[in-house]
Amino acid sequence: MKKNSSHLLELRRPIPPAWYWGAGLGFIGIFLLAWFLLTSLGVVPRIFLPSPLAVWNELLRQAQSGILWQDASVSLYRIFIGWLISTLLAVPIGILMGNFHFFEGLFEPFIDLVRYMPAVAFVPLTILWLGVGDTQKFAILFIGTFFQEVLLIMDNVKTVPRELIQVSSTFGLSKWEILRDVILRAAMPGIWDTFRITLGWAWTYLVVAELVAASVGLGYRIMRAQRFLETETIILGILIIGAMGLLTDYLFKMTYKKLFRWAVQSR
Amino acid sequence: MSLPKLHVENVSKRFNLEQGESLLAVQEVSLTVQPNEFVSLLGPSGCGKSTILMMAAGLEEISEGRIRVDGREIEGPGLDRGVVFQSYTLFPWLTVAENVRFALKKSGMDAARQDELVRRHLELVGLADFAAAYPNQLSGGMRQRVAIARALVYRPQILLMDEPFGALDAQTRMLMQELLLEVWQKDRTTVLFVTHDVDEAILLSDRIYVMTARPGRIKAELRVDLPRPRRWLETEGSARFTELRREALRLLHEEVRRAADTSAG
Repeated sequence: MKKNSSHLLELRRPIPPAWYWGAGLGFIGIFLLAWFLLTSLGVVPRIFLPSPLAVWNELLRQAQSGILWQDASVSLYRIFIGWLISTLLAVPIGILMGNFHFFEGLFEPFIDLVRYMPAVAFVPLTILWLGVGDTQKFAILFIGTFFQEVLLIMDNVKTVPRELIQVSSTFGLSKWEILRDVILRAAMPGIWDTFRITLGWAWTYLVVAELVAASVGLGYRIMRAQRFLETETIILGILIIGAMGLLTDYLFKMTYKKLFRWAVQSR
Repeated sequence: MSLPKLHVENVSKRFNLEQGESLLAVQEVSLTVQPNEFVSLLGPSGCGKSTILMMAAGLEEISEGRIRVDGREIEGPGLDRGVVFQSYTLFPWLTVAENVRFALKKSGMDAARQDELVRRHLELVGLADFAAAYPNQLSGGMRQRVAIARALVYRPQILLMDEPFGALDAQTRMLMQELLLEVWQKDRTTVLFVTHDVDEAILLSDRIYVMTARPGRIKAELRVDLPRPRRWLETEGSARFTELRREALRLLHEEVRRAADTSAG
């Protein structure tokens, strides 16, 4: 094999980090440049796609008037509570389903049925049942998250190796002790990763949750701007939701590395 | 003859498959392991030797027959038996010392006594310096040494080993076999050892049960009358080793061939 020739496109071979990161940043750069050119040269009318500059100005305007912080904090609160309710139920139920065939048989058919139902279709019903307050927002986020989350947690628990459970029983531990001291401990990193993924999903349901009957929130801001064709507000809202989703994702990844050092690069 | 430490009496194992079919994995196996004896179960892959060990450990249900430890019929796993698995079974979130200590959870000993036992058993397997390491920092051989220390620390009546060195490379495996012999030489815990490796069975054992291909039955019993302590270089060079090896290989080979024929047909 020749040295020195750059192997950028070899099957599964690592490439220099400068190339790796440069390519990723360059792609975003090209995307922004194309956006800028399309809008500033008048190829696309402003009403369809605002320029990056207009979105930037909208960001400054919202930041100065305080709307941005208010929207972001209200949305963050709704997402967190909605996700927390989902998680508080998904963890115990998922653990039971992953360990006892009885509970898997009991819940799985029902969950499989519900999880393909569109959360957005529940908006009118939840308003009818719960009114127009935050509870209704929590409910939509819950419907969007819970049924997937519980199945992921069941899988996390099931991936704990059988031999780990068997060896624990040879030490005389009862099934509840094995569940608590072995299965749960072993499944924790996977469950933590499920938290990260499902919180990300909750962000994507935000607009649905704030679709109607809201007066503040990042999703609400987008829906309102739609009425007045304020496309720069819409795009800004989308970017902020994306950035906040990325941030929570990152926080979970960082805490994962801190909490579960033993699970990193094992084997 | 004294009361055997482990007595497997006419044990059969039938696995239920789909659609009411079943597979006879083990057929009417009887064997004994005397106190302080090292006995191996040697057989081709899939002959049910691990299944017998798992039944003795109380981790697999017995379809027919019974298994006794010190004359008492077993019901499920118990602290009278220690098990070492082929796969790595250390708890990855615990350090080496904590892993060994975990096995003492139900011992009722005070903390100081537990620490002392953990220390002594880590020394026994030569890992005292790695007490604070995590399993993902250890090599495969070291992990199995911890697993052996952990299975011995609560002083079980019998140690059940299921191809514990099967996942290791050839050189590490030889070192581990000699280490196991050294450990065994010190307190002579009764051992039932499952393997498909003829040389391993001869080096380690006092007696070897050779098994047939599936359904697993006992085909022959070999007494290994080689002097102890044994080490690879000296033992493997003796004429008696070669004889035993030839005999065991001949018995095993018939079964390997039979297993290949039936699975091909």
